[in-house]
Amino acid sequence: MVNENLVKDAVKEPYKYGFVTDIETEKIEKGLNEDIIRLISQKKEEPKFLLDFRLKAFKKWQKMKEPDWAALGYKKIDYQDIIYYSAPKQKEKISSLDEVDPKLLETFDKLGIPLTEQKKLTNVAVDAVFDSVSIATTFREELAEHGVIFCSISEAVKNHADLIEKYLGTVVPASDNYFAALNSAVFSDGSFVYIPKGVSCPMDLSSYFRINSGDSGQFERTLIIAEESSSVSYLEGCTAPMFDTNTLHAAVVELIALDDATIKYSTVQNWYAGDEAGIGGIFNFVTKRGKCLGRRSKISWSQVETGSAITWKYPSCLLLGEESVGEFYSVALTNNLQQADTGTKMIHIGPKTKSTIVSKGISAGNSKNSYRGLVKMGTKATGSRNYSQCDSMLIGDQASANTFPYIKSQQANSEIEHEASTCRISEDQLFYLQSRGIEFEEAVSMMVSGFCRDVFNQLPMEFAAEADKLLALKLEGSVG
Amino acid sequence: MQSKMKESDPILEVENLSASTDNLPILKGVSLTVYPGEIHAIMGRNGCGKSTLSKIIAGHPSYSITNGDIKFLGENINSLEPEERSQSGIFLGFQYPIEIPGVSNLEFLRVSTNARRKFLNKEELDIFDFEELVKEKLEIVKMDHAFLSRSVNQGFSGGEKKRNEILQMALLEPKIAILDETDSGLDIDALRIVASGIKKISNAQTGIILITHYQRLLDEIKPNYVHVMSDGQIIKTGESDLALELEEKGYEWTDNFIKET
Repeated sequence: MVNENLVKDAVKEPYKYGFVTDIETEKIEKGLNEDIIRLISQKKEEPKFLLDFRLKAFKKWQKMKEPDWAALGYKKIDYQDIIYYSAPKQKEKISSLDEVDPKLLETFDKLGIPLTEQKKLTNVAVDAVFDSVSIATTFREELAEHGVIFCSISEAVKNHADLIEKYLGTVVPASDNYFAALNSAVFSDGSFVYIPKGVSCPMDLSSYFRINSGDSGQFERTLIIAEESSSVSYLEGCTAPMFDTNTLHAAVVELIALDDATIKYSTVQNWYAGDEAGIGGIFNFVTKRGKCLGRRSKISWSQVETGSAITWKYPSCLLLGEESVGEFYSVALTNNLQQADTGTKMIHIGPKTKSTIVSKGISAGNSKNSYRGLVKMGTKATGSRNYSQCDSMLIGDQASANTFPYIKSQQANSEIEHEASTCRISEDQLFYLQSRGIEFEEAVSMMVSGFCRDVFNQLPMEFAAEADKLLALKLEGSVG
Repeated sequence: MQSKMKESDPILEVENLSASTDNLPILKGVSLTVYPGEIHAIMGRNGCGKSTLSKIIAGHPSYSITNGDIKFLGENINSLEPEERSQSGIFLGFQYPIEIPGVSNLEFLRVSTNARRKFLNKEELDIFDFEELVKEKLEIVKMDHAFLSRSVNQGFSGGEKKRNEILQMALLEPKIAILDETDSGLDIDALRIVASGIKKISNAQTGIILITHYQRLLDEIKPNYVHVMSDGQIIKTGESDLALELEEKGYEWTDNFIKET
């Protein structure tokens, strides 16, 4: 059929973030043991409580087993063959952006994240993380005027140790799971956000994570605290070069929302996915969780997952406060040999808590895309409600989609509603659009973005347009 | 037969066309020529190949042409993609318009219209200009503006779907429109709206092929020619009174015909 040629031509669309920045880096030796952890902690000049936190996590990790319940298949990871700290060499103390290696600024420029004063994005503050370290954070002074702290987590450890000590590991304890334990032991950098009481953050905050090195893992750690009656919208983007080896990315994100606070956390994940034959790509094992601690706290996750060879990720909400709200809006797209096992956990603990789950999975090529979600109503969650909608779209006849919804209710006076559907882009739909003059590729991307509309509507404006383009690019030619 | 139009060139020439799907022959040597300003009706039992003929002219990928040619404005279009055919002025009104969830009707209509305009070297329309144009065209099919904000054909009634097809025809201003059972599932009022819409859109430069089972559409739009199809062939061609005779005598009457050449 004519369509098949189109497919073959277009699937070769290159990954445009696949370049490597040639920069001198400081790497420690491969492998993982207590000495390595002490070395990382020492390099970062950390206080003792943090070193203890790391060592304790490491001990736990050593006793844990890598989980195998996800619908994923991959070659065993050799944890001794990974470099746990890699940083671009630069001056010891950087006081302004002028002192940042121009190569690094150029890298972020190329990624569409200009950092310099003249070019920086006007409405978003950015924390740029390159391998294991944060390079720069824009708009810090402006944010500080509002009492907002936005910096790398390493700096927060130095300057706001009290907050770190109080909150780190309280949402995702080190013993939570294998990858969270690993992260807790070796995390290098990430972002820290603190929104004081009553402050609505004046601009969107964002972190951009860039993996550059091929043999080092990335273990970032993000902590966001929204005090009473505050609000913040946080965006996260990720890319990596094309290597024929797999790079491990094991991040932990912790969100804490107090009374009447709102945190909106949006991700566009576009790590390198490997090539058509499944060679290379990022192994993305991420633990993201938010705690709605107060009354009417609200945490909203939105994610567009298009990259990585393997995605294992379940951004979750612990709904403790009365009338607190959790949301999860997800688009996960897999193509070629990508595998994604992603979803959420909504744990209703407090009364009158509410959660909404909207998941859209699109599988093309030979990929495998699973939604896995847990909705739990605790004994005190009286009058609580959940609504879940999980839709899958299959493109071609080699891809697979699964939905694993787990429901546990210990509270009769609560409602759980689950809807699921699977559809396929049909030849008739394509023909209909084509017979109205719409090109094949455009027809596919129109239908896919139509399928994702409910989720895209939740994304911040600039992200929604980006997500639309990204999906179109990823899918080019995947319909046969 | 086509004496009165012979000074102009034909819009569409289907020449001895045979086609199959999954190696199953559906069309077995169909010939049909449409000149500007002509209205042709194709009638026949279910499964006779009339819908297939329309899909093949529009370029449906499930069918392959095993013999013969389709020419549009003198050019062979056998190997053109469906979108290229649409852009150059071939319109197929679907018997069962397809639902496309999540895609806004307005955006769909605009992208489609712009694809045709681009082909014609006309300026593409932005949201505001398109809004103006579509408002005017909605009048023709008496559709409410609210239809534009819904997903393409999703949750539309049968009649609404058909009117949406005619709206597309009005926007695309095709050279030739093949309307596949556009009358089916319509009540009398909707039929009149659709028929008068078709008449308003067509002119002396356009050709129309009406595929239908019923006389009632042909009462509204009088065809110049009526063709009767059976088993993948046109077995009889006549003028508009042939449809009346067919209505009266039923398709059994046509079973006795020998294929006219």
